[in-house]
Amino acid sequence: MSPDTKKPRRFKPDRDVKEWKGAYVPYDILKEAFVAFLAVAVLIVLLAVVFSSPDDPAITLKTWSVNSPVDFAQTAITELDGSSGTASYGPPYNSTPDAAQHIGFFEPAQWFGVHQPIDTAQDFVIGPLRTLPNQPVTQAALNVYQGASAAQQAAWTTAYEKAVANATDVNGRLHVPAGRYGPVGVIIGSLTAMSQTGGLDGTLLSEGGFYNTNYTKPLLFLADGTYLADKAGAQHLQGTQWGMMNETGNFPGQAWLWLYTMWYQVYPMNQSTNADLEVWGIMMILSVGLIFLPFIPGLRSIPRWTRVYKLIWRRHYRELAAAT
Amino acid sequence: MSIDTNVGAEPRTHAGGPAHSSAESRQWTARVRHAAESAFPPDQLLPDRQPAYMASWIYVFGVLTVVSLAWVIITGCILAIMGPTWWHVSSTGHFVNSLHLWSVEAFFFFMVIHLWGKFFMAAWRGNRRLTWATGVISFLVSVAAAFTGYVSQTNFDSQWISTQAKDGINSTGAGAFWNVLNFGQMLMWHIVLLPIGIALIAGLHVLLVRRRGIVPPFEVAEHHTEPVADAAAAAGEPA
Amino acid sequence: MVLGVLLAALINLGGTGKYFHWGFIQISAANLVIIVLMIVVFVLAILLPFPKRKGDRQ
Repeated sequence: MSPDTKKPRRFKPDRDVKEWKGAYVPYDILKEAFVAFLAVAVLIVLLAVVFSSPDDPAITLKTWSVNSPVDFAQTAITELDGSSGTASYGPPYNSTPDAAQHIGFFEPAQWFGVHQPIDTAQDFVIGPLRTLPNQPVTQAALNVYQGASAAQQAAWTTAYEKAVANATDVNGRLHVPAGRYGPVGVIIGSLTAMSQTGGLDGTLLSEGGFYNTNYTKPLLFLADGTYLADKAGAQHLQGTQWGMMNETGNFPGQAWLWLYTMWYQVYPMNQSTNADLEVWGIMMILSVGLIFLPFIPGLRSIPRWTRVYKLIWRRHYRELAAAT
Repeated sequence: MSIDTNVGAEPRTHAGGPAHSSAESRQWTARVRHAAESAFPPDQLLPDRQPAYMASWIYVFGVLTVVSLAWVIITGCILAIMGPTWWHVSSTGHFVNSLHLWSVEAFFFFMVIHLWGKFFMAAWRGNRRLTWATGVISFLVSVAAAFTGYVSQTNFDSQWISTQAKDGINSTGAGAFWNVLNFGQMLMWHIVLLPIGIALIAGLHVLLVRRRGIVPPFEVAEHHTEPVADAAAAAGEPA
Repeated sequence: MVLGVLLAALINLGGTGKYFHWGFIQISAANLVIIVLMIVVFVLAILLPFPKRKGDRQ
């Protein structure tokens, strides 16, 4: 893009440079690349042999419900009554009002809408239980529940939530104190037992078809409980622990995410219900700023001001001084 | 081929040289070839010499980044041969996974040092702003590629990272169609779309380095108070 | 916690991670090592002398 009229443009040392008309030396870039290729090969083989890589096995709904049936049941009731994290998430899973994060009027999740629809009561509880054959007690409980009014259902689920807060785990079996929760006790008890056999893992996944590779439902159910989060917390992986940067054990993680996770630790993001959108906004602005750094006066002068270049090009400056 | 069909292509059998220069040819093929040749003359595309001021170890971190990326891709291809869960059940597979992880760590290690070096050299000077921009974009796309890799591990790490990251992605609205809990989708972004993206952007970055050359040092006399006839002329660009 | 298979690892990086706390900053020993190493390598890259070449000077 050259202008038709050549107006002299002021030379700016942080933007412009006089192109090199001086000496060249032989430099074998392909040999350099080949040596580097071998050097990195040696490096990664050494690191792999010495340190290996982590592989903590995935948690299933089965292991969750076997190891912590109380937490499972406490989560399951919130899926049934629509108070779980997933049920109240808003878009893209459902249209819970005022759930989408926003900055002022800017509410992109709401604008994009619900495209991964989840009905937790149906998808996580009732639907899976309906697939069970030869379970007349469970099917009868479901019929009673689904036949009742919304107010009656709410009364039952509220009573169960109160009771299950004091539930115990007796040799892996869920024991919930008695209460006026109608068929809900049987429903949640059956779901817990189904999960403990491994049936829930398979059923939740196959709701999307035989070859389903979309793990949205089992993952959301798992994440609604505290079992997964507790395991993560023990490994310093939670958000308040700068977890985004970390890896299990003593392995290095994603150090390049330091700035992204840092914003979550500082005010006002560390107290905000819109923290995710706020942090994304900050990082987008900083990323665009980095891309356009050459256009930003002041910032683009930092290399010249800090004079690190005098060390990098010290041989060149020495030779220049010797020549003059 | 010595068929003389007289359709305007260079007749190779005539002693007098080409009847039509490729610069005047209206062919797409000829015009693309001519543009590529003038943008990248062979001795600029694969130079055997560099300016004398290129005398610091900081200059090797670009090539170290590129070869680390090559090892990420090679080890990734080996993992692809046997599928995404092979490494959980095979000690060879686990070793290849370790190579893949450490080559990713090396890739980011060298890339960030390369970025620091280029920053302190103000390597965007002299019409090299697109080189700088493609470098930063390569970094950002690499972060996304690494993320899709982490959620494709099919282990506890994937479960935790995906259920956490979903909140960030969902808040922007992108979660409506980019579902980090969808293993199949994330795996295909990781092994197909993002590697192609990185290869294109990083490839463009390297071509731009070849086109513009390595940025010259700052001048010792740092201030040019009279306007140079044209800053572009100082940069050696054609009038 | 089941750590999975860390096969042939000469140094076991599994187990409980070591973390440092400094004000609001929390960082793993592993990440700290990586970052410090990057700074050290950067400084060395700038300070270490580069081999001289016999050039053909224009």
